Amino acid sequence: LSTFVLLTITGLGLGAMYFLIASGLSLIYGLMGVLNFAHGAFLTVGAYATWWTSTHVGGGPGTKLLVGALAGVAVGAAVAALVELVLIRPLYRRPVEQVLVTVGLALVLNALVEAIWGFDARPFPVPSWLIDTTTIFGANIPNDRFLEIGVAAAVLVGLTAFLRYTRYGLIIRAGVENRAMVTALGIDVRRAFTLVFALGGVAAALAGILSGVYYGVVDPGRGTSLLIFAFIVVVIGGFGSIGGTAVAAVVVGLIQQYANYYASSGLGDLAVVLLLAIVLLLRPEGLSPKVAH
Amino acid sequence: LRRAAHVVVPLVVVGLLALVPRLSLDIPFVFGGALDSPGTLGLLALCLVFAGVALTYDLLFGYTGLLSFGHALYFAIGVYVMAIALTKWELPLWQALALTAAVGIVVPLVLGSISLRVSGIAFAMVTLAFAQAGQVLVQKNPDQLTGGEEGLGLNYEALPDFFVGVLNAKYLFWLALGYAALVFVVVRLAVASSPGHVLQAIRENERRVEVIGLRPFGFKLMAFVLASFLATLGGVVWLIVLGTGASPQVTTASFTLTLLVMVVIGGAGTRYGALLGGFLYTLLDQRLGALAGSTEVQGLPNVIRTPLSEPLFILGTLFILLVFFVPGGLASLGRRLRLLRRHAGLEGAP
Repeated sequence: LSTFVLLTITGLGLGAMYFLIASGLSLIYGLMGVLNFAHGAFLTVGAYATWWTSTHVGGGPGTKLLVGALAGVAVGAAVAALVELVLIRPLYRRPVEQVLVTVGLALVLNALVEAIWGFDARPFPVPSWLIDTTTIFGANIPNDRFLEIGVAAAVLVGLTAFLRYTRYGLIIRAGVENRAMVTALGIDVRRAFTLVFALGGVAAALAGILSGVYYGVVDPGRGTSLLIFAFIVVVIGGFGSIGGTAVAAVVVGLIQQYANYYASSGLGDLAVVLLLAIVLLLRPEGLSPKVAH
Repeated sequence: LRRAAHVVVPLVVVGLLALVPRLSLDIPFVFGGALDSPGTLGLLALCLVFAGVALTYDLLFGYTGLLSFGHALYFAIGVYVMAIALTKWELPLWQALALTAAVGIVVPLVLGSISLRVSGIAFAMVTLAFAQAGQVLVQKNPDQLTGGEEGLGLNYEALPDFFVGVLNAKYLFWLALGYAALVFVVVRLAVASSPGHVLQAIRENERRVEVIGLRPFGFKLMAFVLASFLATLGGVVWLIVLGTGASPQVTTASFTLTLLVMVVIGGAGTRYGALLGGFLYTLLDQRLGALAGSTEVQGLPNVIRTPLSEPLFILGTLFILLVFFVPGGLASLGRRLRLLRRHAGLEGAP
């Protein structure tokens, strides 16, 4: 049982990171029809900003991580908003070009990070209480898993509340459902675009920081490898649906952990791919219909 | 006359290119050595291989409008099946080729018929997922076949003698040139055929093709299998040209994105454009690194020098600029210039 508990909580932690990346991707795709390939780069930039800041402030690892994380989130939001304003907006109504630009941007940002900080993994500031374990049902679980799950849950609750109870949330939900209609009502949807990008940047940066805590290091390739699973989560969850994305992220994280342990290492990734193929062939629109709940 | 030009121009281009190994011209900056030096010939051969592979991707993306994120898988099949057959199973060359070709047809037939049941972004995601599965398989290294992260060395004794060794670079160059020419001819014939017209119609308006009474699925599958098979051949040629062995790099999603970038730089939906894009991208990717190490660049201040040391930074920036300002890619530049000149001429006339 103890192994099972460990696997479940680790799977949830992994799912939490997938959710953070996928929620932004899903909203951006749902609202704007843009598959954002640069999202992995937002994650990498956020993680590196955190690492860089943490090496420049004093204090214990806890302070370093907190200050770094604030900087990382700010940088993630700023980069994402800037990208939307400068690169995506001029190509409004040309969705293929928008996707191509994000592909180019992913290359550029990754290359820039590699040029400045090299290919080597950088050690992340992780306070010791995060490395310590808590015993649940006889399983020793590293505390960082709870941090990941907690942050993702907070983001889930926050995003849902934002979408449901605020005016901008209403505009975003309406925009996902029918963008032309919202525009026809005289509402400038483009401001919502920037907002959605910034939110996505924040979530991606958080995912980058948490992945840094989870693995203990940050390296330039992290964004790309997590991005592919986030894509899979978005597709399984149904584009534009935050709830569907959360469910799919948990399912994907758990399946990956279980299959890697009980079957054989590496099989988890294959199982996830298989799941995606089955879902797409049975229900091409994903698990839930295209409404941002 | 027009028709004749369509046959003569490619023939002349191939003929001129075939003479390259006989020239001892020295082109500074662009190449590190004279044209007939082994290093330059090897680089040119690599450029030609990717010119061909980019064109196979263009058949999918540019001509049929299928945005696949898994094209790397079929290139990797060529690389890995061939390398495993030659090195691990020690098959003779022709048997290894036959096996690779068989796998290169069966796999896209099966995976294509599954993934083509959905379209648009869903299709892109399914192909990405299958390619990802291929990458995982290579990483997992079943039965020590693929060599995992390390890659798999190639048993060069299984290759014909004239493809081995630095001195035989000219044969490798001709092999790569032959591959690029083959892809060009096949794609041209395919696009000009009546199923080829249907493919372009599918790109423009799939619903309408259905209304006319044709089933797009079969045509799309045909394009998918043909493009994938040609990419598998490209993998085989790449393996032979490089001569060192298979590397897991060719299984990654980034590799597919590279192909996409090549095609868009050159101009999607054009044969010359895709060839040019693949050629130039590879050349820049290989040579920019060397240029970054040169003394001129080393003298620049850090802020400029650091980004310039990454070829992908320059290529990515170039790519974004092209998407913004030259939507048709390099292939459309000629047409644009002609239009510009005509406008200038009109304004100049009294």
